[in-house]
Amino acid sequence: MNNEPVIRIKDLKKHFPSGSGRFTALNGIDLLFSKGEFTGIIGPSGSGKTTLLNIIGTLDTPSEGEALILGRSAGSLSAKESAALRKSQLGFIFQTYNLFPVYTVFENVEFPLLLQGVESSQRRKMVLDALEWVGLTDKIRSRPAQLSGGESQRVAIARAMVKRPAIVLADEPTANLDAKNSHNILQTMEKLNRELRTTFIFATHDEKVIGYVRRKIFLFDGKVAGDEIINKN
Amino acid sequence: MLSFKLALRNLLGAGLRTWLNVVVLSFSFIIIIWTKGILEGWDRQAKADMIKWEIGGGQFWHVNYDPYDPLTLDESHDRIPAGLISSVQPPVPVLITQGTIYPGGRMLSVLVKGIPPEQKILALPTAKMVSADGEIAAIIGKAMAENAKLDTGDYVTLRWRDRNGTFDARELKITGIFDTNVPTVDVGQIWIPLAELQDMMLLPDEATLIVTPENAGPGEATEEWVFRDHEFLLADIESIIRAKGSVGIIVWLILLMMAMLAVFDTQVLSIFRRQKEIGTCVALGMTRGQVVKLFTMEGALHSVLAAIVGAIYGIPLLFLQSVRGIKIPLESSDFGLAMAEKLYPVYSAALVAGTILIVMIVTTIVSYWPSRKIAKLNPTEALRGRIQ
Ligand SMILES: Nc1ncnc2c1ncn2[C@@H]1O[C@H](COP(=O)(O)OP(=O)(O)O)[C@@H](O)[C@H]1O
Ligand SMILES: [Mg+2]
Repeated sequence: MNNEPVIRIKDLKKHFPSGSGRFTALNGIDLLFSKGEFTGIIGPSGSGKTTLLNIIGTLDTPSEGEALILGRSAGSLSAKESAALRKSQLGFIFQTYNLFPVYTVFENVEFPLLLQGVESSQRRKMVLDALEWVGLTDKIRSRPAQLSGGESQRVAIARAMVKRPAIVLADEPTANLDAKNSHNILQTMEKLNRELRTTFIFATHDEKVIGYVRRKIFLFDGKVAGDEIINKN
Repeated sequence: MLSFKLALRNLLGAGLRTWLNVVVLSFSFIIIIWTKGILEGWDRQAKADMIKWEIGGGQFWHVNYDPYDPLTLDESHDRIPAGLISSVQPPVPVLITQGTIYPGGRMLSVLVKGIPPEQKILALPTAKMVSADGEIAAIIGKAMAENAKLDTGDYVTLRWRDRNGTFDARELKITGIFDTNVPTVDVGQIWIPLAELQDMMLLPDEATLIVTPENAGPGEATEEWVFRDHEFLLADIESIIRAKGSVGIIVWLILLMMAMLAVFDTQVLSIFRRQKEIGTCVALGMTRGQVVKLFTMEGALHSVLAAIVGAIYGIPLLFLQSVRGIKIPLESSDFGLAMAEKLYPVYSAALVAGTILIVMIVTTIVSYWPSRKIAKLNPTEALRGRIQ
């Protein structure tokens, strides 16, 4: 319906200092992502997936080339501007969940809304909605240490989704999960993707994840080695 | 406001680790306030006692009088100026000389002080200095009585030299023993009627010093008589109390340092262990500046919690002591200055507020110091937990 890309990447390069020279982690990436995509960036370890996701997530900046995230150039945002962009439009899901250990499930999911300054009763409603999406309304008072890996990742999904961001970036979200939990969270994310039209981008080399995505971008040695759209009905 | 809320949430969530630091910090709060309150109470009490027992509203000293040099006593006396005597509450002249008493075959060097028995300014029970004709009545303090093994009704021989240097001796009758916290009117002193001492010294109408009534205002000095006000006469007490207080200050400095070390340590450890958390905060939309603020606030909040915890057990404890007093197991004479058997600590609002403020400022600095590191943290590396 809406073909305006949410992410536009042009001839993107990323170098890291290494010894006396430099190491090129991304070497000329050209990609467009549209609203509502459910895409996997697939590649072996060290191929540059995390680096690409970090630049899309404005946690890192391009060395060369351009990355436009929702129309904003990742390389020229100030620290405040990129923080504001992440706060309102970007959700992150990590391999290691990265929940705040001293917070309850409720407080973890509430955190992004506190940063946004959402008013208390509205906040409560949004948190409960998000926990409903991931099926964890019975655990709101638990702490991360009391949760299984699958439950933790579902809390992380709720935390990423609670502010209804335009884009969710998930770096190896199933790497620490067993098959059953992996399928469970992938189904959850697929459902959210359909219902809320949130763009999901995964970095992965997990076959289970690859089975769900509707677009596969193959990354190899910092270059795009393939880009396939899978037609599912 | 947001960082305050999050900091409190983080701190309370950390549980035991937080409370350990908070308890140590609250100890230093209480010890600081306690030691200072005791000193303040002691200071006030000692001064009040000195005023009551010895110095009244200030004293005129004979220009040669030096309490630290008894040898000057021979030259430090003169006629009492007439103008002083006629005020509403008459000032109290005191004549001082050296003498020796021989209680139970022992020999004791004493200061003999003559004072009018009818005086009303000092708490000394001079009215007890009454005796039959020919006897000289004397009163002494409890410490003196104990040291000389003298009791009421006992007789003791006093030997002294008159103005011409001639030795003479008389029997004194102890007619009263008083209990005072002021060693400078007690230890090594014997009080007799002024007229008797003037007679014995062949110094009619003369005195060494003149005690003025309280609230009489500053006296007018003459060439012979120098006015010594409270500030001058209480200076010794103040310096002694300040010296004794330094022990307390060292104790609380050590406590404060321990508490600060605990907070500092927690901060350094936090920042090292919570790198992923820091990275996650940034990923969720905080700036690094906000994270620095959050962590600083977390550290600083230790002192707020400590003030609350300290108040919970400290207020009843300190209040009880200020009302019931603290028993001091020492003889006042051992201290060389006025010291009551019971001290009533004085805690002023300024002391409490000042202490809390100082500890909060120091805690904030100690918390901010390691937190600055976060501002330089690369969020992608923090997320990997890769920083040393
Ligand atoms: N901060 C960095 N400094 C130096 N090299 C880095 C840094 N981040 C990533 N790299 C290197 O870039 C390459 C790609 O890393 P990454 O994007 O993490 O790969 P992937 O996520 O696909 O495993 C790797 O060789 C990695 O060692
Ligand atoms: Mg990776």
